[in-house]
Amino acid sequence: MTELSDLLERLSNEFGPSGQERKVRTLIRDEISPHVDRVEVDALGNLLAYKQGTGPEPRLRVMLSAHMDEVGFMVTRIEKGGHLRLRLVGSIDKRVLLAKRVLIGEAQIPGVICSPPPHLQSAEQRVKVLDADTLAIDVGASSEKEAGAKVKVGDYGVLASRYVTLSADPRWPTVRGKAFDDRAGCSALISILGRSYPVDLIAAFTVQEEVGLRGARVAAYRAAPEAAFALEGTICDDTPAPEDEDRTAVTRMGDGPALTLMDRSVVSHPGMTRLLEAAAEAQGIKIQYKAPGLGSTDSGAIHLTRAGVPASVIGIPCRYIHSPASILNLDDLANTARLVAAALELISQQDLVRQG
Amino acid sequence: MDKSGIGELLRQLVSADGPSGSEEAVGSLVKELSGSFVDEARIDALGNTILRRAPRPQAAPAGRIMLAAHMDEIGLVVTRIDRGFLHIGKIGGVDPRLILGQTVTLYPSGPSSESYPDGLPGYIGSRPPHVLPLEERERVIPLQDLRVDLGLAPELVGSGFIRVGDRVAVSGPYTELLGGRIASKAMDNRASVAAMLGALGYLDSMTHSWEVYGVATSQEEIGLRGATAGAWAVAPDLAIAIDVTFAEQPGIDDSETIAMDQGPAIGWGPNLHPGIVRALRETADALEIPYVLDPQPGATGTDAWCIQITGQGIPTGLLSIPVRNMHSPVETVALSDIDRTARLLAAFIGRLDAEILNRLPEEV
Repeated sequence: MTELSDLLERLSNEFGPSGQERKVRTLIRDEISPHVDRVEVDALGNLLAYKQGTGPEPRLRVMLSAHMDEVGFMVTRIEKGGHLRLRLVGSIDKRVLLAKRVLIGEAQIPGVICSPPPHLQSAEQRVKVLDADTLAIDVGASSEKEAGAKVKVGDYGVLASRYVTLSADPRWPTVRGKAFDDRAGCSALISILGRSYPVDLIAAFTVQEEVGLRGARVAAYRAAPEAAFALEGTICDDTPAPEDEDRTAVTRMGDGPALTLMDRSVVSHPGMTRLLEAAAEAQGIKIQYKAPGLGSTDSGAIHLTRAGVPASVIGIPCRYIHSPASILNLDDLANTARLVAAALELISQQDLVRQG
Repeated sequence: MDKSGIGELLRQLVSADGPSGSEEAVGSLVKELSGSFVDEARIDALGNTILRRAPRPQAAPAGRIMLAAHMDEIGLVVTRIDRGFLHIGKIGGVDPRLILGQTVTLYPSGPSSESYPDGLPGYIGSRPPHVLPLEERERVIPLQDLRVDLGLAPELVGSGFIRVGDRVAVSGPYTELLGGRIASKAMDNRASVAAMLGALGYLDSMTHSWEVYGVATSQEEIGLRGATAGAWAVAPDLAIAIDVTFAEQPGIDDSETIAMDQGPAIGWGPNLHPGIVRALRETADALEIPYVLDPQPGATGTDAWCIQITGQGIPTGLLSIPVRNMHSPVETVALSDIDRTARLLAAFIGRLDAEILNRLPEEV
């Protein structure tokens, strides 16, 4: 099975805003097919992979999920002069948009988001944040016709940035790239599928997480799991805060996989949290807890499926998610895969029983 | 020399980083790229790269012209090292709004920094929107609150190989768009350096009786400093500065911009000698090179401004290449405008004779 960093690099560089995950799905399907019993693509575009367990029957049916989609934008209009207008797909802080390179459509037409020269901005204008719907993309075309030959209204786009290694130090291996939310989770999940576990696995590579956890909802319905883990490139806000500001880092890069106790979408099943803690201890994996109440994940949709599913989230800390590039520590990623694999060895019906 | 040759010059020129005051890499590249077109190349005390081409055929020069294109770019400088992250200040007219979410290269200068000849990749990140109140997203983050994240262990960042004062260049690779348009960082003013080298290349297959100095000037973005010293040293009979100007773009009033792909802009105003403006226009008309007249009622904000008042005064002209999104990493130009600028410069030089210097005083 391919190295995790190599997987992450290829996945990060691939194009897949919410609603157009096809290229990411193809990459993942090619990668996992030799290691699973069968794969399916459902009505929304989720990729589901089934892998039978090696334990005695009855075997637990465990769902692992990671979302393939990334935040981006959609072309909403082509102006007479050849410029494009856009609207955002998913949540992006509009402040990161100015003067960025973009790639549009599966043909990856390059463009740039225009940015007014500061020389021509009044003092008032300079302190004003520009709304996304006032921005224009320049693909080099000087007419609507020239642009229209390459780009159509409705084309999806992403903020472009290529994967790069920042620190090759084996004690602190860090990389930078786009879409680590959630291609990091996808990489970990792919590597987990490299071997078998006592339990039956359904690996769901989901679509449309960034526009409302849409893919996971139907994937979980189809998978009908008894327990579910979501793997998520998660919020990391560990840049040093000003001295007078009391701020949680949410998670810290390099401090290991982050267990979610509660986010905006799910309260993790306490039995599964205990299971993950036990697995971490048995493997000597350092873990951290994500600050409660922030962000939503596929588990939010999964745990409400059918009659309810015991669910948890394991986060890989990613600095600067939902911006043109993120930074993560490859040890956090590898340990997330190790932790989930260890939990799959340990998990039993007992962990899923609510006490009281 | 041809248009594709100029595109290649441009591609190489924008690949180098050279914030004002640290133009070494760009200067070396200019020397290298000018190779067969010039008779002499040197770097002066201010960091200007000065190229000289003798008349062809070889003879005592009928006059000396200086072309000036600044090679520095705006950038950032490390002002403090704080728990693994770098505070930054600006070099030149940096807009903090568009610095957010950019990739950068840090050039460390402390002990052991020679292990990083290509610099270190970094990122100017934003806090995740998930943790920010909505009203926070309406606030422009001032430069002093932005940090460069190198992704390195904090102990390493603080170990001394990075020092306060180290330069940071904003990344923005050469990106080909449709219609022969190119986006990159540092088009201001490598587009003009490419035009200047292109002009020397075109001259290589022409005759000219004047001696030509091509000066890739330093420190323009922080106050026209390189050209001030360079013009004194070269002491030309006349000079032409080449710089970029604002191209039309969405959201900016057309009255403040120049159309793209319509040829270079020929500057007109008190900074520019009317006789040179006339000669440039005549040359463009003769060669059927399109151009736009660019009214500049006062300071042009270019090297022409300081060259004109060097020594006893130098008759100076200005050619400008329209660029969109100026002072951003996505500065966008039309390759055709650069090529036309190069051809106009070469033709102008080819037509210079001994007479023009006698005529110029009558045209002021």
